[in-house]
Amino acid sequence: MTNPNKNVVDSARGDEYRDWLKQMTLIRRFEEAAGEAYAIGHIGGFCHLYVGQEAVAVGSNAALKEGDVIMCSYREHGHALVRGVSARAVMAELFGKATGCSAGKGGSMHMFDTTKGMLGGHGIVAGQIPLATGAAFSFKYNKTDNVAVSYFGEAAVNNGAFHEALNMAALWNLPVVFICENNRYGMGTALERSHAVWNIHERSCSYDMESEIADGMDVLDTNRVMSKAVERARKDGIPTLIEARTYRFMGHSMSDPIHGHYRTKEEVESQKERDPLITFANQLKDAGLLTDEDIKQIEASVAEEVADALTFAEESDIPDASALFTDVYAD
Amino acid sequence: MAILTYRDALNEALAEEMERDPSVFLMGEEVAVYQGAYKVSKGLLDRFGEDRVVDTPITELGFAGLGVGAAMTGTRPVIEFMTFNFALLAIDQIVNSAAKMLYMSGGQIPIPMVFRGPGGAALQLGAQHSQAFESWYANIPGLKVVMPATPADAKGLLKSSIRDNNPVIFIEGEMLYNMKGEVPEGEHLVPLGVADIKRPGNDVTLVSHSKTVAVALKAAEQLSADGIDAEVIDLRTIRPLDIDALTASVKKTNRCVVVEEGWNFCGVGAQVVDDLQRTAFDYLDAPILRVTGADVPMPYNKQLEKASKPSPDRIIDAVKRVSYQD
Repeated sequence: MTNPNKNVVDSARGDEYRDWLKQMTLIRRFEEAAGEAYAIGHIGGFCHLYVGQEAVAVGSNAALKEGDVIMCSYREHGHALVRGVSARAVMAELFGKATGCSAGKGGSMHMFDTTKGMLGGHGIVAGQIPLATGAAFSFKYNKTDNVAVSYFGEAAVNNGAFHEALNMAALWNLPVVFICENNRYGMGTALERSHAVWNIHERSCSYDMESEIADGMDVLDTNRVMSKAVERARKDGIPTLIEARTYRFMGHSMSDPIHGHYRTKEEVESQKERDPLITFANQLKDAGLLTDEDIKQIEASVAEEVADALTFAEESDIPDASALFTDVYAD
Repeated sequence: MAILTYRDALNEALAEEMERDPSVFLMGEEVAVYQGAYKVSKGLLDRFGEDRVVDTPITELGFAGLGVGAAMTGTRPVIEFMTFNFALLAIDQIVNSAAKMLYMSGGQIPIPMVFRGPGGAALQLGAQHSQAFESWYANIPGLKVVMPATPADAKGLLKSSIRDNNPVIFIEGEMLYNMKGEVPEGEHLVPLGVADIKRPGNDVTLVSHSKTVAVALKAAEQLSADGIDAEVIDLRTIRPLDIDALTASVKKTNRCVVVEEGWNFCGVGAQVVDDLQRTAFDYLDAPILRVTGADVPMPYNKQLEKASKPSPDRIIDAVKRVSYQD
């Protein structure tokens, strides 16, 4: 990957960068806490953790503005947090509580908060890609300058919904950014075992669409690439496919081992050397924008936020029995 | 009152609703330049422009999902399927996105949209182009399923469906587009979830919808010559089902035959019978019978095709049996 612009730390953006590091830390510690809560039965069902991929959500979200919307896959706790859904509301949703961001009816895979432009968590691989394209259609139809973003894994690009959506987005010049979070594995099947073409970004060629590779373990690079894509979408209504190359440090879901038949322990350990939190902290330290004391403060503040979220989720009420039958039809 | 075809009544409904509400747009295959595969959207491109009448590639899953995403963010899409046979490609977005979004978002995101197009059998189109899927959609909480049988209902129900804040599956009768009838001008709204008595009668209730309404009416006419006075009910909306109207009719007639073009197993009629055996148990003088499409893929051959569909003769036979006159 030749990328002359990456790793450029803008010294004027220290506050913003420290906030990004805090967001990434929040996702990491939140997901670790969710994993523990799952292990003791406070969280049920499927629970897909975002550990390792934090730079993608944080770096891309920082390029968005109010009114923009995102549609995600079922690995979306981190995206909800960076959109500004409170840790309390996300944790309470995981716990199935009435105070959750989807009122306890969505769960891990279906986080929603319309006030934050968080339009889900969607459970069918690639299903959210046409949805985001539709939001972009709406924005163009209503002549707003908002942008829609679809996040999906690399396995989704083999699904028809991906191709159908990209074709329409390119055909109609819709303000949408497609972010493929290429973490190398669709559950337990490696990219090389499921994709005839290994460079995901090349899929854009079929639709004459702009595409970029981002280092998804580098928040600066992700933000740089995303900023260009968002500007193209916002100003000119031109869609972009971004391939953010990243890695998940946990299993596919909480029911799966971290490594096993499909990848080795050594591979996971070597990928952890690219830990996006450590990489970014070092970049900031080298630029004189971060001290060890800052990191301590961030960790302490995040620990408090996560502990508070856990307490809130534990103490919140479950949905009233009557909630079973509400929200099936709108008035 | 104007005499319109079913096709033009639908066209009038679309035009009036697009005029009334700028957030309504029409999207689908051949809806714009070609003026609609069945000419339902004739003239709409000229009148409303290409931003609001949008031709799509042949990409049913894609544009159904795009429609849901648009409905999530401030528009009221009308998504046309050239026929509901092709909607099978889109059913993930209809079921998993459109029907469930309100619920799984904890009530935050309604989906005000219509999926419409023709369904059921036409003539000699073979197995993949002749099938009735209303029972599939009616099985899904979160969806409404609407099937007009007359031009007036086509207009009134489509207008109500477009204004409804839920995803509505609006299945038109492929063989009904040329049907003519009186259609009220302007603001003519038929509420969803309300059945209609198309022919009052006292001796037996014939429950029907869409194309089978005309078949049931024909059977009723022939039955009256035999001294049997049949009441023909048009469900109009499959979900929500107007069980009150059905119950009231059966309490009067004490006998019931349910007619549908779809397959028997888990069909719409199965639900009707299930409801009626509870709401009208003490009023039934005979087990309810069903007349359905034959339990086979649709054959091409004209005679075999005819034999597979509900006919006046098969309905009359069923009526005689529930009347113990066979």
